[in-house]
Amino acid sequence: MTNLLAIAIGSAFISNVVLSQFLGICPFLGVSKKVKTAVGMGSAVVFVITLASAVAGVIYQYVLVPLQITYLQTIVFILVIAALVQFVEMFLKKTMKGLYQALGVYLPLITTNCAVLGVALSNVQKGYTILEGIVNGFAVAFGFLISITIMAGLRESMEYNDIPKAFRGMPHVLLTAGLMAIAFFGFAGLK
Amino acid sequence: MGKALERLYNGILKENPTFVLILGMCPTLAVTTSAINGLGMGLTTMAVLILSNMLISMLRKIIPDGVRIPAFIVVIASFVTVVELLLEAYIPSLYDSLGLYIPLIVVNCIILGRAEAYASKNNVFLSVFDGLGMGLGFTIALTLIGSIRELLGSGAVFGYHVLPASYEPLTIFILAPGAFFVLAFLIAIMNKINLLKGRPTGKGGNCDQLCAECSNHGCLGRRIAKEDK
Repeated sequence: MTNLLAIAIGSAFISNVVLSQFLGICPFLGVSKKVKTAVGMGSAVVFVITLASAVAGVIYQYVLVPLQITYLQTIVFILVIAALVQFVEMFLKKTMKGLYQALGVYLPLITTNCAVLGVALSNVQKGYTILEGIVNGFAVAFGFLISITIMAGLRESMEYNDIPKAFRGMPHVLLTAGLMAIAFFGFAGLK
Repeated sequence: MGKALERLYNGILKENPTFVLILGMCPTLAVTTSAINGLGMGLTTMAVLILSNMLISMLRKIIPDGVRIPAFIVVIASFVTVVELLLEAYIPSLYDSLGLYIPLIVVNCIILGRAEAYASKNNVFLSVFDGLGMGLGFTIALTLIGSIRELLGSGAVFGYHVLPASYEPLTIFILAPGAFFVLAFLIAIMNKINLLKGRPTGKGGNCDQLCAECSNHGCLGRRIAKEDK
């Protein structure tokens, strides 16, 4: 149990997926203008990554390892993730209307989010069991949710600031992200 | 031949994937801790890009339109796996320092983007040069960012100390925040040049659109669903 807790805290805060691993940078920079959309995107990512690490873990353990084709993991994982996102979308559309309306628009954006593939691969690389992998996936995605929400909050309150012309847009967002990364160094003390 | 050279110019300067199109941010920020890592990542991506452009261009008349995105992804993922195994066997030091980011080349928008926008519509010869141009543009950008970070963070470039010993290295430039700062300033400089010349600033301002574009390329799910209907 303490082992799982250590994995969770480590993945969510200490080596934050966006601010220290640089995975999922695109939605982090692109979908962080408003807190509301940022939370939507973050929740969709939590949902998909947790599910994807479970499915990828099972497929790795019970299909790839027995057949000794673990070198095909990259190909298999990317196809599984793409198919999974599609299924999740259809499933939510049919059964959970409310959740679909909240997360639906973000789901297709997630297929090419490198965080999903990154988590599936790093679970294998670190030799996590399926349960540890799921906990790790959830924690990584939770870290993403936290950082994108903070980023959106900062951008909302800086919207009317007088920024030099050359720094408007991307450079200004990147500088903010850099400062956030410094702040997240503080969590290293939790180790 | 003129067209092939135009492809190179296009990839390196006019549509530089990093500074102009702002694609493939993940590896750009993550592996540029030193010049050699940036160069290694750039060349690895370039190899995959040239090979996938070549094969996709060869198969462009065979792959049915409805399943082209999944087909592209399988082609790209296969080449990434081949390149990964080759690196592990022959350049283990680079394999260790790039680590997880080698398999993640699969989801690099640049590669799928070029397959969709160029290789699936043009002949093999030009597609190879398109891959070469884009790959060189990416490699140059990554090496440049890597050199700046290494220079400021440890006073060296490619491992050679170029700054006097009295220079106190700013370690933060090798750590995660440094990646954000260096890229922010490089894009700001590009914007400044564009502003002085009266050109519209790069696409840097609206990443929304870029992300959406990129995801549309990769969003095979939606396409499959559409095709099924």
